[in-house]
Amino acid sequence: MNRISQKKGGTRMLLQANEAIARGALEAGVIFAAGYPGNPSSEIIETLAKASRDLPIYVEWSVNEKVALEAATGASFAGCRAICSMKQNGVNVVSDFLTNLSLSGTKGGLVLVSCDDPGGISSTNEEDARAFAPLSDIPLLEPSSPQEALDMARWAFDLSETINNIVMIRSVSRLSHSRSDVQVKDLPDFDVQPYFDTKVSFHTFPIVAKHQARHEKLRMAEELFENSPFNFYRGPSRPELLVIGSGCAVDYAIDAIEIMSLWERVGVLKLGTTWPLPRKLLLENLQKSESILFVEDVDPFIETNVKALAAEAARQVGVKTFHGRGSGDFPLCGELGPSHLLEFFGNYFDLDWKDQEFRNKMGSLTKGKIPPREFGFCPGCPHRGSFYAIKTALAWDDRDGFVSGDIGCYTMGIWPTGFNQVKSVHAMGSGSGIACGYGKLEGFGFDQPVITVCGDSTFFHATIPALVNARFNNADILLVVLDNSATAMTGFQPHPGTGKTAMGQPTQPVDIAALCESMGLEVHVGDPYEMKETARRLYDLMQKQGPRVMVLRRKCALVQGREGGFPYDMHVDQSLCVGEECGCGRYCTRIFRCPGLIWDKEKKKAMIDQVICVGCGICAEICPQGAIKKEAKG
Amino acid sequence: MELNVIITGVGGQGNVLASQVLGNAAVYKGFHVSIGETFGLSQRGGAVMSHVRLFKEPRYSPLIPPNRAHIVVGLEPLETLRIAQDHANPETLFIVNSRPIYPLNVIAGDVDYPDTAWIRQVLEQGGSRLYWLEGTQLAIELGGPIMLNMVMLGALCAIQSFPLETKDIKDILGEIFPQSKLEVNYRALDMGEELISNYEN
Repeated sequence: MNRISQKKGGTRMLLQANEAIARGALEAGVIFAAGYPGNPSSEIIETLAKASRDLPIYVEWSVNEKVALEAATGASFAGCRAICSMKQNGVNVVSDFLTNLSLSGTKGGLVLVSCDDPGGISSTNEEDARAFAPLSDIPLLEPSSPQEALDMARWAFDLSETINNIVMIRSVSRLSHSRSDVQVKDLPDFDVQPYFDTKVSFHTFPIVAKHQARHEKLRMAEELFENSPFNFYRGPSRPELLVIGSGCAVDYAIDAIEIMSLWERVGVLKLGTTWPLPRKLLLENLQKSESILFVEDVDPFIETNVKALAAEAARQVGVKTFHGRGSGDFPLCGELGPSHLLEFFGNYFDLDWKDQEFRNKMGSLTKGKIPPREFGFCPGCPHRGSFYAIKTALAWDDRDGFVSGDIGCYTMGIWPTGFNQVKSVHAMGSGSGIACGYGKLEGFGFDQPVITVCGDSTFFHATIPALVNARFNNADILLVVLDNSATAMTGFQPHPGTGKTAMGQPTQPVDIAALCESMGLEVHVGDPYEMKETARRLYDLMQKQGPRVMVLRRKCALVQGREGGFPYDMHVDQSLCVGEECGCGRYCTRIFRCPGLIWDKEKKKAMIDQVICVGCGICAEICPQGAIKKEAKG
Repeated sequence: MELNVIITGVGGQGNVLASQVLGNAAVYKGFHVSIGETFGLSQRGGAVMSHVRLFKEPRYSPLIPPNRAHIVVGLEPLETLRIAQDHANPETLFIVNSRPIYPLNVIAGDVDYPDTAWIRQVLEQGGSRLYWLEGTQLAIELGGPIMLNMVMLGALCAIQSFPLETKDIKDILGEIFPQSKLEVNYRALDMGEELISNYEN
């Protein structure tokens, strides 16, 4: 039995904050969960999906975030508690629905979790999704520890039902992917009877009156926030410096205060309810000090709003000196870390915090000698073969062709691991949308071939409308679907093409090739491991017009590794490898860049790293000497 | 009381799982634990680091403040060196697996992988103690490179100042691994422990 589904509370367990959010939702009696995978949010739905084996709840990976929130809203309208999770980009996708939903209001407790990624550790952008709370007039909660993530998730459903509107919880990568010991409470009985009361309706009309009602709901939330245990002050009654902040940044501030023994001089007002701001609480605390430091990720959200509040109440709270991202004391971009806080306190109080001697010593010893670790596709990854075939076909064509990219592991096609073929990457599905534009420029003399790529999960998420657009407007686009039968980058979640749901139940898979054929597109299917054959067919397709699709199908190497492994033992025949004399310019290692095929610096020849090589065999195709040998595993 | 351990290595080496195992064992021993995991784009083949913090009182910061790691467990030499300047201090103890995993830019010849003997020397000079272990070799003998993380946890448990024993780890492994995988993981822990107890400098 899964620990998360443990009925009885009272025990302390090590939980990741995402798992804690899932447990909190279960403790609140959630019976419906939906989301779309995206780092750092994926574990919330994954955890609930596992719990669905033991508990009477429904969990799905939806086709995209907007549909996920819409499905969860259906459950809410029928009186059930529902949760929906996504990464920051997902909130952009749901925003059209969200700004309408917050006008109509909700019934069963409905909670949207956004896990933002400060620093873009595993994202294509850095974005502070908190902006959507004021934009949609919905309450916002920001946990700063796994325990608080659990407690907030549980309470958020009560809040949602009190004000009859959706509530947003915002986590960040650093929290979502942290673990700590968490105290859990009992699980309820989940004995809800879904019913849609036809005496009421959920829509946005009359719009201005609903907008006004939405503001009234926020006012109710603010009143509750004034006494929330998620906001607290710790420190002296008259600190020299008052820290106001949210999330992990508050924990870094507390650590720095401990390290520098500053509890006599610095106070911390930790905010867990950040929209609407609890104004009374803030005004009361602002009077404690003339100097205020804001700590938060990413934008100066609390900072800007508290500054406005302090300006309004200047007669009451007095004149302040403000510090923070917005005031230029911290960078306006990137993640805050412990060193930002130590550095600020060090300068502010003129204290030494750095072991500068050690840092200088290590710095001088290692200076310039630590190479970065370049990102790359895994050994055996089908994308290496796909991009190799694309690169080859574009080179044969010789009209300065390029790739319009999309979101997934294959985004790394912008780097040497994908032979730098990808020239643009933006949102889910945008590669094909942008390609629709190139595809209508021929009449103006544009003759560069464009290949656009997307993964299987991305295809379902947002590529389909672009493809329909290409068919409708007869755009010259060549879409290569990199179908590896998984949402690989985020941890192999099932999607509409895999034939399995989040809860592990079999379902009719949606066939990408058949779907494209039904739109009247020219469709081909190939194997990324057959690089030359794939390149030849891509070259032929590039010479044609109208919307065309090539599906390159091969399982993600990590999935293949788990499901029986690879067929070959690889070695480089040292008598055939002529090393740097080859004339190919070390094509095998300099260009192909598979982590399993390395260069022996002493012998100046290629060799297989037997610890890393998985045995996919595709590199045997690239050596002009035929020195890279594959043998069937014994 | 505060004990800060960093586990560093390359994506795919089982770094995150090792920190999770360690954290679970520490919670059972009555510690408050905070773990920061860094993965994502660096999930496979990139640099990955976990911060594991043990406390007697509840504390939550998932990141160890600069130069305050007491112990660094390095699954890969270059990645250990990479984090030393910002996270170690003269009192830091290093437990390092000596087997490199070459970055793609090294394989391609764009940059050089530093000489491992030099890495060993720098770490020896930097911290209070270095254990330089042939962990990958041992893992391969145990059944595959993926056993390395348990070998290194076994080594960590043999360190006197570290408050957990291999027995504490073994007690919770049943929650993480299927029954069929337990025996080999127990062996990995024991053999890692022996690497330290038989260590000759």
